[in-house]
Amino acid sequence: MKKFNHSKFCLLLILVIALPAQAQIDLSGEWAAVFHEDSDERRPGPEMVEYQGIPITEAARRRALSWSPSLLTLPEHQCKPHPSDYGSRGPSNMRIWKEINSESQQLIAYHTRIRWQAPERTIWMDGRDHPPEYAAHTWQGFSTGHWEGSILVVRTTHLKQGWARRNGVPRSDLAEFTEHFFRHDNIMTQVVIVNDPVYLTEPFIRTNNWRIDLTQQIPPYLCETVTEIDRPQGEVPHYLPGQNPFLREHAERYNLPMDGVLGGAETMYPSFVE
Amino acid sequence: MIINNLKKIRSTISAAICFYLLVSSVASLAQQNFDDVEINVLHVQGNIYMLVGEGGNITLQAGDQGVLLVDTMYAPLSDKVFAAIRTISDKPITYILNTHGHPDHIGGNANLAMMGSNIAGGNTIDLFAGTGEQAKIVAHENVVTNILAQDNPIPIEGWPTDTYYTAKKDLFFNGEAIMIIHQPNAHTDGDSLIFFRRSDVISTGDIFTTTGYPFIDAANGGTLQGILNALNNVLDMAVPADRQENGTMIIPGHGRLTDEADVLDYRDMLTIIRDRIAYRVDQGDSLSQVKATEPTFDYDVRYGADSGFWTTEQFVEAIYNELSAQ
Ligand SMILES: [Zn+2]
Repeated sequence: MKKFNHSKFCLLLILVIALPAQAQIDLSGEWAAVFHEDSDERRPGPEMVEYQGIPITEAARRRALSWSPSLLTLPEHQCKPHPSDYGSRGPSNMRIWKEINSESQQLIAYHTRIRWQAPERTIWMDGRDHPPEYAAHTWQGFSTGHWEGSILVVRTTHLKQGWARRNGVPRSDLAEFTEHFFRHDNIMTQVVIVNDPVYLTEPFIRTNNWRIDLTQQIPPYLCETVTEIDRPQGEVPHYLPGQNPFLREHAERYNLPMDGVLGGAETMYPSFVE
Repeated sequence: MIINNLKKIRSTISAAICFYLLVSSVASLAQQNFDDVEINVLHVQGNIYMLVGEGGNITLQAGDQGVLLVDTMYAPLSDKVFAAIRTISDKPITYILNTHGHPDHIGGNANLAMMGSNIAGGNTIDLFAGTGEQAKIVAHENVVTNILAQDNPIPIEGWPTDTYYTAKKDLFFNGEAIMIIHQPNAHTDGDSLIFFRRSDVISTGDIFTTTGYPFIDAANGGTLQGILNALNNVLDMAVPADRQENGTMIIPGHGRLTDEADVLDYRDMLTIIRDRIAYRVDQGDSLSQVKATEPTFDYDVRYGADSGFWTTEQFVEAIYNELSAQ
């Protein structure tokens, strides 16, 4: 009979104890965006005054109604990337790669790069703290992640002011969001839950999907500002209260009630349609 | 000149109200307890650090030649500020630049101007040869007028020693070009933007804050249009880096560290609010009619205040007064 090998037993024990960690699923790779969900909003883009399904406050609604798309012709606005809570909604072919400590082989961070405007994002996995409140806010924010079984859960703070929908619905710089990344074989789903104390009355939840793409190449992306319209310094396009020319356009095109297209928490729920 | 200005300031009722507010805020300061205030240090980039505590943010530039400060918070905080400075540099404080003359930005001028040289000692004392051993305090000349107009002004040791009256003043310190650029009639009539060209950092003073609507100190020559002009100047100077993150970093008078996009949103907001009120003024609306249109409603949750030193109502009133006077 073979002698009981303590070191092998120990190794086995360590492996068993470490098993929950093995439930982590690697998310690295080239991911092609799948647009079957909210396709109209995500590809051609939302229409003006199409706020349904977003739990916005009255302040957010009024601000959105004053938003003119001409704002985006100002040089300082031209190269803005989507903030990280919205990035997956746009042309979001994505690369995810790991940063590993070569000594310990521990995961330090996941990095992501999205095609449009090429935002790169870091999700710290090494247990570090979020920066103090007086630190800068960025488009991609500051993200830390941890595993809950095979689900990567990410918390993001320090965001710049952004948008809940790219038709002027604001999302404030005091917002934070949580993501859950699920991978099922070659499909990845991301659940984004945004909390905004300024412009949302309830958490705003969206999901996005990708399929692994072994041939995907994300091209370089350079954005350079140009003078699209010569304006005096300091001019900011916007609509005065009550003067948004597109107020009823979307509602009339699809024969929708105005209190629906103007959004709010109640428009998220099926009971609103009934 | 100074006497004339004072007469002008005191001759208007609105100025008197503002003055009262300033005085009462200074009086309440006297009772304010600074024991619990911590001074936090944040490295911005290059030679530049941001000191955050109570009152206006301090910008610190450190190098072989010494320490340069932009603003000095309140006087009772000077020991803590000095301790924070010493975590970054043991060089003497050679320059203090003031963005404007409000007590929460210049209160520590006298203490820090003296401390820097007293503690320096040893061979660094040579750096002060011919400078009177006290840090130079640089500001636009209207800052002196503003200090004189205060009921409880800071001690004379803290007053600017080097004033400028031109559009800008240049310095070269710690291997870096520093531009001090006057912003006429903005937050006050003595505002300067400080641009650290090599570190690529702009210190704005209270022309820009992330904590509330800008205080338009009309009694000291402040106007919304001047603030907007200054913000537009910041946007012209700032260049974001790759993917629109960071690049030129901007230290606001109060609040968190920022870059161009944050100033952009703030500028957009103030321009939109101005346009809304201007439209109502053009229609002949009274102040109460303008207020009834809630011209700031969509920004109030983020920037407004119902009580305290500078309320949303005062902000709207100041803009109304400015626009109706045109
Ligand atoms: Zn001030």
